[in-house]
This record gives sequence, C-alpha cells and structure tokens, in this order.
Amino acid sequence: MSDLTAPAAPAPAAPAAGPGRKDGSERWTQSLRDITGGSAMISILAVVFALVVGAILIAFTNERVQETAGYFFSRPADLLQAVWDAVAGAYSALFQGSIYNFRAQNFLTAIRPLTETLTFATPLIAAGLGVGLAFRVGMFNIGGRGQMLIAAGAAGYVAFAVELPAGIHLIVAILAGLLGGAIWGGIVGLLKARTGAHEVIVTIMLNFVALYLIQFLLRTPGALQAPGSNNPKTPPMLSTAVFPDLFGPRYNLHAGFLTVIAATIFVWWLLSRSNLGFQFRAVGQNPSAARVAGINVKNVYLYAMAISGALVGLAGINQVLGTVTTGFGSGIDAGIGFDAITVALLGRSKPWGIFAAGILFGAFKAGGFSMQAAEGVPIDIVVVVQALIVLFIAAPPLVRAMFHLPTPGTTRKPKISAVKASKSNEVVAK
Amino acid sequence: MKLELRGITKRFGALVANNNISLTVESGEIHALLGENGAGKSTLMNVLYGLYIAEEGEILLDDVVQKFAGPGDAMNAGIGMVHQHFMLVPVFTVAENVVLGHEQTTFGGRLDLSSARAKVREISDRFGFDIDPDALIEDLPVGVQQRVEIIKALSQDAKVLVFDEPTAVLTPQETDELMIIMRQLAESGTSIVFITHKLREVRAVADRITVIRLGTVVGEASPTATNAELASLMVGRAVELTVHKNAPELRGTALSVKNLTVIDARNQIVVNNVSFDVQAGEVLAIAGVQGNGQTELTEALIGLQHHVTGSIELDGKPLRGYSVRRILDSGVGFVPEDRTEDGLIADFSIAENLMLDRSSGAPFVKGGNLQLGFRAKFAAEKIHEFDIRSQGSAMEAGRLSGGNQQKVVLARELSRELRLFVAAQPTRGLDVGSIEFVHTRIIETRDSGIPVIVVSTELDEVVALADRIAVMYRGEIVGIVPGNTPRATLGLMMAGEHAPETEAAL
Repeated sequence: MSDLTAPAAPAPAAPAAGPGRKDGSERWTQSLRDITGGSAMISILAVVFALVVGAILIAFTNERVQETAGYFFSRPADLLQAVWDAVAGAYSALFQGSIYNFRAQNFLTAIRPLTETLTFATPLIAAGLGVGLAFRVGMFNIGGRGQMLIAAGAAGYVAFAVELPAGIHLIVAILAGLLGGAIWGGIVGLLKARTGAHEVIVTIMLNFVALYLIQFLLRTPGALQAPGSNNPKTPPMLSTAVFPDLFGPRYNLHAGFLTVIAATIFVWWLLSRSNLGFQFRAVGQNPSAARVAGINVKNVYLYAMAISGALVGLAGINQVLGTVTTGFGSGIDAGIGFDAITVALLGRSKPWGIFAAGILFGAFKAGGFSMQAAEGVPIDIVVVVQALIVLFIAAPPLVRAMFHLPTPGTTRKPKISAVKASKSNEVVAK
Repeated sequence: MKLELRGITKRFGALVANNNISLTVESGEIHALLGENGAGKSTLMNVLYGLYIAEEGEILLDDVVQKFAGPGDAMNAGIGMVHQHFMLVPVFTVAENVVLGHEQTTFGGRLDLSSARAKVREISDRFGFDIDPDALIEDLPVGVQQRVEIIKALSQDAKVLVFDEPTAVLTPQETDELMIIMRQLAESGTSIVFITHKLREVRAVADRITVIRLGTVVGEASPTATNAELASLMVGRAVELTVHKNAPELRGTALSVKNLTVIDARNQIVVNNVSFDVQAGEVLAIAGVQGNGQTELTEALIGLQHHVTGSIELDGKPLRGYSVRRILDSGVGFVPEDRTEDGLIADFSIAENLMLDRSSGAPFVKGGNLQLGFRAKFAAEKIHEFDIRSQGSAMEAGRLSGGNQQKVVLARELSRELRLFVAAQPTRGLDVGSIEFVHTRIIETRDSGIPVIVVSTELDEVVALADRIAVMYRGEIVGIVPGNTPRATLGLMMAGEHAPETEAAL
C-alpha cells in the first residue's frame, strides 16, 4: 500500500490527451498510443475508408463499368478490369494533380502539383487553426465566413488604397486583416461573456452581417469598389502589399504559406506552452473548475474568440494578398470558413494535426480539378469524400467497429462503467 | 430467495477485478458487502445484475444455476438493483417511472397508468412510504427518490435487492429511515445485498458482513465486530478511526464574518444574516443537513456568489466583492464540495491539476510561458508528499480513485501560502484510508496556525475535527457550540432547535 509509484500496467490510450509535459520515453509511448488506440488512428482510417467509398462511387458512375456490368456473367473479367481502370485512373490523376506529376518532362514541372496543394492548403490551415482553437476552449466557431470576409476587406483595403513602402505595406495589411478578424471574432466572445449569448447563433448571424456589409462596401465608390467600375469588385492589390512568390513565378505558392507555418507554431506554443493556453484548455474541459480555480472564464471566452477570429482572418488575408491579388468580390471566402470545421475535426483540434489535415484537403482541392480534367470524374466525388471523412470522424465507434479497433482504454475499461473500472485500475497499482 | 455466488472471477485485461468470490445470501437476510472504493464490490454486483459476464463462476438462485445475458434476465429472475445514482426520469411522475420499461397498455396502445398508480400505492402502503404516485420525480427530495427506486425494483417482484452505496446521497435522518426500510424488506422475506464502505451503517443493519479487498474475499464478520476490526479487515492494516489532536492553540481572530447574506440566482435568500469568527489555529466545523446554505456560504467566502451583503474580513482586510483570483491570492485555500465538477479537470494530468489555480504567475508561469520543468518537479514532490497513488504525474486526474483525486486537490491548496483554509465536504465518497489521511492533513494545517473551516454533513466528521461547531439550518446559524457537544444536541440543532449551550460557546 505504501509504495508510491508502483509499477503499473501500461495505461490505456488517452484520447485527446492534453499536450502536457512528458518525459522522453514516455512521450514516445504516449504518441504511439495516440496513433494506434486513439484519435489519430481514427482520423487516418476515416480518410482511408472515405477513399474506399469514393472508389465505389467512381466505379458506379463510370460508363465503361456500367457497360461491362451488362454482360458480367459472360465475361466478368471485363467488369473488374473496367472498375480497376476507373478507380486507379481517378486516384492516380488525383495524386498527380496534387503531389507529383510523373508525366512531366522535368522535376521542376513534376513537383508543381505539390506547390498547388500547399497553396490551396494555406487558407484551410489558417482557418482550421482558428476553428480548432475555439474547439479547445469549448466553443464552436462557425463564423469563419464572416471573419474571413472582414479580414479580407480590412487587409484588402490597406493593400489597394494605402500607399506604403514595400515590406511595411505587406505587414500593415496583414495586421489590419488580423485585427479585422479578431474584432469580428471578439464580438462573439464579448457577447458570450457578457450576456451568455450562444456562440453558434452569434457567429452564424455575424456571417450574414459581414457578407452584406462587404457587399455594401463593394458597391460603394470610395470604399471597397474599384474606381470607375460598376462591378462589386475591388481594384487589384498594390504589388507592395502582395505576398511574394516563394519559388518564383513558375509556381503559385506564395509567402502566405510561411505565415501559416508561423501560425501553427504559435497555436502550438499557445496551447501547450503558454499560461493563457493552459487557461483556455482548462475552460474548455471544465469551466466550473476553472472558475473555482480563479480563472476569469469570461475573459478567456473573449480572448479565445478574438484569437480564433484573427487566425480565421489570416485565411482571408491569404486569399486577397496571395491567391487572388487581382481584386476580390464577396465570394472571396470560397467556403473555406466551413471547410475549416472539417479540417479542425480531422486534425483533432491539435495544431500539427490541423496542419496535416489542411494539406490533405488542399491536395483534394488541387487533385480534384485534374481528376475531372484527365478522367472525367466529377469533382463532386471529392466533396463526397470530404463529407464522408467528417461522417466517419463524427462517429468513431463506427470506424472502430469496422476495423475492429479497441475502444480507447477498453483493455481495462468496460463501456458500462468506466469510472468503476478506473477505480479498479488502482487495485493493480497497489 | 436464496442467492449464491460461486467462485466468480471477472477480469478486465490484465486486471482481476473479482478473484474467485463466493457469497451466500439467505432468504430474508441483509448481507453487507464491505470494501474500500475500487475493491471490486460494484463489479461483483454488475456481474450479478448481468451487466458484466464473469469469466468464471456461477450465480445460483434457490440452488438453480442462472445465466444472465443482460439486466433484463436478472430482473426477470427476481434481482432488483437500487443504484447509487438513480435511474429515474426527472420529468416523469412516480408511477410513470415505476412502469418504465414494463408498461402495460390498454386497448389501442394507451398507457395503463391507473394500474401503475395502484401498484405504487400498494407497495407504498405496505412499507409506509407515503408516496404520491402522481408527484414528479424532480420535485421529490433525494431520500424519497430512492424509495421510488425501491418501489420500482419491488414492482418487478424482486426477491433479491441490491443496494449500491445507497447512503452516499442521504442525510443522516434519511439514512436512518432507509435502515428501517431495509429491515422491513428483510422481514418480508426479501434478501438484501448492501454495498457500502461506511462501518457504522453496516453494524447497524447487517445480519452478516463479507469484506472484500483487492477483488478477493478477505473475511466474514458479524455485526458485533468493532469498527476498528472491520476497518483493518477492509484496508488490510490497522486504521486510526479517531483523529488524534491536541487542544487548539488559539492565536487570535483571523476570519471575521458579519451579517453575511447571500441571495442566489433564483432570488432566494440562501444565507441569512450569518456572523461568526474563526481564530487562527482552530477548526470551525459548519454542520447541518445538506442544502441549508452551507454550500452558498463557502462559495460566498471564495467569491463565487454574486449577490452577497455583509462583511468578510481576513486578518483585518476585507474580502467581500473581490474576484476569486484575488481571494485565492490573498491566501485562501479552498477544497470544493464537488471535487469532480469544481475541484479537478478530469482530462488534465495530475501535474496540470496541481497548478490549476496558479496559472497566472510565478512560480508556474514566467513571461507567459509555462514552467514545465518546475511543474514536473513540483508534481513529483507532491505526489510523494501526499501519497497520491498514480502512474506518474502525466496520468489524467479523471483516472484516479476518489481518494487520490481529493489528495490532488488538497496538495494543490495546501502547498500555497495560506491564511485561511476552507474545506467543503472534504471526505465525501472517500474510503476509510483516505478519510484518515485527509483528516490528519486538516489537523496539521490547523496546528500550523491557519484558521480552518470544515463544512460537513457527516456528524462523525464534524465531531472528529471540530474545535467549535456552527450548525446551519435554513440559511441561518442556529448556534455555535464547543466541539465536544453531544451528538443528540447537534442532531436537534440540525433540525432547527436552538441549543441551550449556544450562549456559553459564544
């Protein structure tokens, strides 16, 4: 009874374990546990399974497959061959459109799809980080669209209407955008803290407010509308405020990708190394215990939503200063604010998980186009695959059942009475 | 009905939760199953109730081997269970809850509630429960809700009733009433399995006692055994049941509360014009039946209540109206009543929980950065000092046993520099060994010259710890009496009667 740290049996895998301090060897076993028993494995399997279902859909919609199915019983090999051709063709087009193009003449051209993927991934990662951060504080930020639009409007205005020296201009434009996003998110945090308004409702409503505000400004000469134009569109960004290309004009990838890497590092630091992040996570896990521990829960809501809004805003900034620099309209958010929810879910709300998930979704976007162009597979298949990923992630028990994975911690924790069993863990420890 | 368990073995992976347990409960007998938290009592009962399938062993009812695939089978065989956490639908009436899952219908699928009502009345009359079948569950006190659970089991013709820690949620009076009900049930031929870790109750009501430790039966005892004998069987070593403490060394008034009134969110006066002092170096226990304003009083002290009037002064400095942060920083240590809800973050590691209320400054934070090295060292020290049984400081607090969770809370609060220590229900739901530990630490805190307030609904605890006892009833302090006041007097005060000694103690 009296020995302190008795040699205990290996602990059950911990889903979404806080990124607390771990000693060297422990850290490795912990991450292994996370991957095999816990959340990461679910994410990976969800992607794999969604691709399998996507393959079935590709096969079903393929004309050659339908044709050969007609005489399946006389020559079954034809059907199998057609299925194989359709699926392999589509997925290899997806791969070549998103990672590496084997058919290109030289390496520099062959690698171009990968840079496309990263370009598409850039805003997804930024917005995913914002949504994921809010998740960690126990809030659901579906206001990505509004925050992106406001940030894009603010950054865009600075970028085309203000003249500043190169370099400084870009930084000021970015800061303006971050501020815009932070304010738009912060309003939500403020309302939640002061009045108890639910953030889901408020963010959805603010999406509309932002959309119509931007549309109004786009039609107002002297605001966002390009001078001498009747279109609801801004003038092109000044070159001093545009993200420089990372690898020259041959590739679309711009320096915005670096801001996203920095944002990922920032969020990692915030959540696992800073005291503010500690308070964020405490409020996210158990607000009443956080309150009793003297953490100002209302301020946490405000700060978290402001930072979340700024991160989502970074996606809008990247859109206007990196991807679409010729002027933008009210569709500049391109649904990224909503895709970000998927990205955050797939990345388990962990910074590097979101980074990886964002790149995967960027690859889907980049590869989807070439899949459609090369194989005639509708790009909607990609959307279906993305939707299926969310479905499988939202239902971990389903994925576990399909792959006969153990429920995290079940080797000793039976479903019915987890508490009881964890108590009996102690018996072993004794 | 005679119940027999033969050689039950239940494993969870490498862990043997029940090891070859055999148990016989004769018809009309109250058989107590005594053991610490985590000893395997609940696992055994879940095997009996068909929730778990045992790897080995068999269950016999009247010498017939039973096979239970689920609770439905167990119920049909005549086994009823009164769970620690009630399985009732709060917005349904008593009658609706009782028939839930076994609804009788009349023509056209209409629910036959009149027969349900009749059934409730019949059972209720038989045992003198006095329960209105049409009352909503959410309107009933906890003790009455438990009776509804009993009626529910009896309405399914349960011949064997299992009570899983039934007194954990009850007041002392309700506990006494439950004991009487259990006796009545036994006399009417029902076999009762009574799971508990409270020695007093076992000795009061049980016919036979089986003690379980670490998943194994370690012995049988008769109710005539002393508390000390039972406790040492349960824990496996000799246990101090009485807290050894010297006379308090009073060092002057530290906390002074005057005319404190608290109004809750529903505009009810929950603490009404309460005044008391606590001296440095003494334990003031606040006794009373649950729900008489103790919770709100402690919350007001710590800054968690919003509508507070009156004054709270600690060492001459006012505390009322300040934020929780500022009150904690001025040296108030607080053990909240509901440890899992307010005291700990279950998904956080032990180390993270140990720094929970010091997340805004040194020594755990420097320049906005968490000092992870310091924290790990601190956690390792505290785990050693407070004997927190764990798999290291990275283990999540939610996976610790109740006793070890409470040790984490205590370690966190007592390792700050304190000027006042407030512990609300510090041993609720803990096993004997942990209670002993918590009590010892509280007395040590007192002896180091810190004023201590202990809020408890358990008279045993109040009497064991208190130098003075303030009894609360309906938001008011009925009286403040010396620590050696007889239980009978305290009991009367808890029911609202002023004690004659009140003046003397003041």
